[in-house]
Amino acid sequence: MTADLTVPFPSGRAPAPPTVEAPRFYSTEEHHAENGTLLGFWLYLMSDCLVFACLFAAYGVLGRSYAAGPTGTDLFDLPLVAVNTSLLLLSSITYGFAVLEMQRKKTGPVLAWLAVTGLLGAGFIGLELFEFVHLIHEGAGPQRSAFLSSFFTLVGTHGLHVSFGIIWLVVLMVQVAQKGLIGENRRRLMCLSMFWHFLDVVWIGVFTFVYLMGSLK
Amino acid sequence: MTASDDLTKLIFGRLTWDAIPLHEPILLATFIGVALGGVAILGAITRFGLWGTLWRDWITSIDHKKIGIMYIILGLVMLLRGFSDAIMMRAQQAFAFGAEPGFLPPHHYDQIFTAHGVIMIFFVAMPLVTGLMNFVVPLQIGARDVSFPFLNNFSFWMTAFGAGLTMASLFVGEFARTGWLAYPPLSGIAFSPDVGVDYYIWSLQIAGVGTLLSGVNLIATIVKMRAPGMTLMKMPIFTWTALCTNVLIVAAFPVLTAVLAMLSLDRYVGTNFFTNDLGGNAMMYVNLIWIWGHPEVYILILPAFGIFSEVVSTFCGKKLFGYASMVYATVVITILSYLVWLHHFFTMGSGASVNSFFGITTMIISIPTGAKIFNWLFTMYRGRIRFELPMMWTIGFMITFVIGGMTGVLLAVPPADFVLHNSLFLIAHFHNVIIGGVLFGLLAGITYWFPKAFGYKLDPFWGKCSFWFWVIGFYFAFMPLYVLGLMGVTRRMSHFEDPSLQIWFVIAAFGAALIALGIACFIIQLVVSFIRRESLRDTTGDPWNGRTLEWSTASPPPAYNFAFTPLIRDNDAWHDMKANQYARPKEGFIPIHMPSNTWAGFVIAALSAVCGFALIWHMWLLAVVGFVAMVGATIVHTFNYKRDFYIPADEIVRIEGDRTRLLAAGLV
Amino acid sequence: MTAHDQAHTTPRMDALDHSPLGGDGHGHDHGEEAISHSTFKGYMTGFVLAIVLTAIPFYLVMGKVFDKSSTTAIVILAFAAVQIVVHMIYFLHMNTKSEGGWTLLALIFTLVLVVITLSGSLWVMYHLNHNMMPTTTHDMRNMP
Repeated sequence: MTADLTVPFPSGRAPAPPTVEAPRFYSTEEHHAENGTLLGFWLYLMSDCLVFACLFAAYGVLGRSYAAGPTGTDLFDLPLVAVNTSLLLLSSITYGFAVLEMQRKKTGPVLAWLAVTGLLGAGFIGLELFEFVHLIHEGAGPQRSAFLSSFFTLVGTHGLHVSFGIIWLVVLMVQVAQKGLIGENRRRLMCLSMFWHFLDVVWIGVFTFVYLMGSLK
Repeated sequence: MTASDDLTKLIFGRLTWDAIPLHEPILLATFIGVALGGVAILGAITRFGLWGTLWRDWITSIDHKKIGIMYIILGLVMLLRGFSDAIMMRAQQAFAFGAEPGFLPPHHYDQIFTAHGVIMIFFVAMPLVTGLMNFVVPLQIGARDVSFPFLNNFSFWMTAFGAGLTMASLFVGEFARTGWLAYPPLSGIAFSPDVGVDYYIWSLQIAGVGTLLSGVNLIATIVKMRAPGMTLMKMPIFTWTALCTNVLIVAAFPVLTAVLAMLSLDRYVGTNFFTNDLGGNAMMYVNLIWIWGHPEVYILILPAFGIFSEVVSTFCGKKLFGYASMVYATVVITILSYLVWLHHFFTMGSGASVNSFFGITTMIISIPTGAKIFNWLFTMYRGRIRFELPMMWTIGFMITFVIGGMTGVLLAVPPADFVLHNSLFLIAHFHNVIIGGVLFGLLAGITYWFPKAFGYKLDPFWGKCSFWFWVIGFYFAFMPLYVLGLMGVTRRMSHFEDPSLQIWFVIAAFGAALIALGIACFIIQLVVSFIRRESLRDTTGDPWNGRTLEWSTASPPPAYNFAFTPLIRDNDAWHDMKANQYARPKEGFIPIHMPSNTWAGFVIAALSAVCGFALIWHMWLLAVVGFVAMVGATIVHTFNYKRDFYIPADEIVRIEGDRTRLLAAGLV
Repeated sequence: MTAHDQAHTTPRMDALDHSPLGGDGHGHDHGEEAISHSTFKGYMTGFVLAIVLTAIPFYLVMGKVFDKSSTTAIVILAFAAVQIVVHMIYFLHMNTKSEGGWTLLALIFTLVLVVITLSGSLWVMYHLNHNMMPTTTHDMRNMP
């Protein structure tokens, strides 16, 4: 091979012709980098975790500023919270069943378990809205005190996330019904799975830190 | 009558014709200028039939290189706005003594310093940094694009529309008058009932979403898409700093989102997070916003450190000294940046125990940065230094940033800070580190990578003029502020009684004028370089004898970056290739899989801006409609599964063949 | 050539299955390696543990089991921490292998920051309130 004209920026000496031992600097085959969707979604969830951390911090700092108004012990209906917690936990397991069916490539059962999950989630939201409306009726709305502001915001943000999750779930059900369990849809189902379980994790923090601890003494 | 009033209220909220500041001459003149300029640009685009190209090749592009360039254009345009604010402040402060009120009443002046800070941090520094990382990182790691190209486009447009919303506040309504961090209770609904703080909140929330997603994108890219053989410790150092920066972004911006959300709840719903009564605590806002704010400044400076590392090793013809320690220093800075935030409010009253803890951590965090400076100096030692423009910026940085860093360590001592907090000393310190560090780094980086992006170098003469005006101007503009700060002068004042201070402000104004010339020279440099581009042409793709992979591509690189995925053996991969008989492949090309363009990013971002504008003006109907449309557009987008295509092999043969010919012609 | 490339013997699937730049089209194993194969047993174990770890705290509070509320607080917080770990392992399949260890690294980093944000804010705000607010914390609860 003649002197390679493509070597840029001559360093002052003629470039050496390639020898037999010249190392391979490029791959001649088609190369696909690893798919980053699951990692990327996990990273987004971590950022969401930090949003909740701030809301928890605000609740931690302001959560006892009752402004001579109602306290947690006055307001929290623990049996109702227990029901809500069960609904969410159940919905986590039903989503898990959907994932199991997805692994078995059974589109029908996947859709069925997703529907159950969505209904349980809707039940959770419904009960939460009922609780909020009731509190507001009693004069314990988010404007009453810093405690109630941080309560409504923390619990409400969690509820908003669940609501978006339900919308996403419905859209994904349509997409799975239309296109089947192709790779892209499986990835989306796994992302929603992470999202859904993560919301359950946050709820553990909520019912412990807000409801249970707020009902003490 | 009332029915139509109600309808007007529903549609227009609190937006009335009074919102347009016809009675403010400066704004009116600005508006006329912007309108004329805008019409000229739109007219030119129409005249030359460029709308199609603009939409196809830029607005809907998912190419990281195009998106990077758009970010930088955004940053540079906003620099002009932010700098105009600075010139106005310097002019006001140079003259407003005693009986002379100056030309800016406090109502106006307060908006200017707020806008100056918001724009410089969020819409100049962040986009420039993000733009460079977007452009360079995939090329440095041997990838074809980022992990989530659609998200990349969306992120850019969210940032751009956030900037647009802030610019809109000039002409419709007004901006916040609270300073760039909008502390309550001043920023609460009781003391700022008008639209200014709402413009602030929604601009930042919209831009913040873009930034956060960009952070996720680049982390995934660096983790997942490195060329085979490029282990973490073989990555270019700029990629390392980009990784740490994006980790900081993902870890810090959620805090900003949460805090601004709480502030907006206080303003819109009447909650009591930060109010004076009903249990609110304004200090909690300060605490949370600085938990974001301190990592933010490291988000700005770490990429600059990365740029300097690349520039120093290239222009000294040497491997970077202490690569491993540079990496460790960067990681340590990333983690420690979360343990210092209270030093921004030592004087708020947390007491000695808390203040000492944070004072000590603040001093500790200066150590890794010091280590980096030594590494750069050791790289220069016994190197063959070429004083090209990027290297000049680097030397300017090293001197200037060290001074700024030292004043920072001084401020880290709580008792000293009690005297200097919120004085002009503080202003001088952070401008010292931001201009000396971030801005000089960005200008070095832009000069360094410009030939890669556009195929020709920037004109060196005008670049050097810009450099000298900037550096000398900086010292004239900010050294007096250190003196004034030590004398006790407070920040954010539009008028002073003591005429003995005036001379320092006049010197500072002179410095600002020099910087203005520096910016003018930079713009002239861009124009002259374009005109002279054939004589400045880079035909080799490697105009500086670079060491990292991006220099192995053509200038500008083809859409697919690399015809074949590189295989990496060592640090400074391109240098390794050049030293080991690398032969550029000229045949055997195969079709390349590429992502398609997208309308969705632009549309969803535009809808979010509409929604933001509606929320600012309490146009509830439009806000709801806008939000529903956003969700709808997103859902529609997710139904699009065909987001990719293959570049056929003969297209690649043609492009690579063109490069072969160009390289041959360049050597003759 | 990496081992990854050599494993691709399955023929290219249809274009719909391809993500540009990040392949999953070369066979199912790639995207699902990160899923680490959920099992029925895994989910049921996690579910039962979660029920128990939820029921006990509720009982402790509603039944007023401990005399001191601070004891109750610490115990239920500990239960919450354990249940979060259960969720992480059994539902989110947290392990050291997922995404080459980056998932766990990201989680640990986030947890560190959460701890800093929470404890830092509580510590700082406690001192600020103590030094700067007009009344004691106890009175603050009742100030209108």
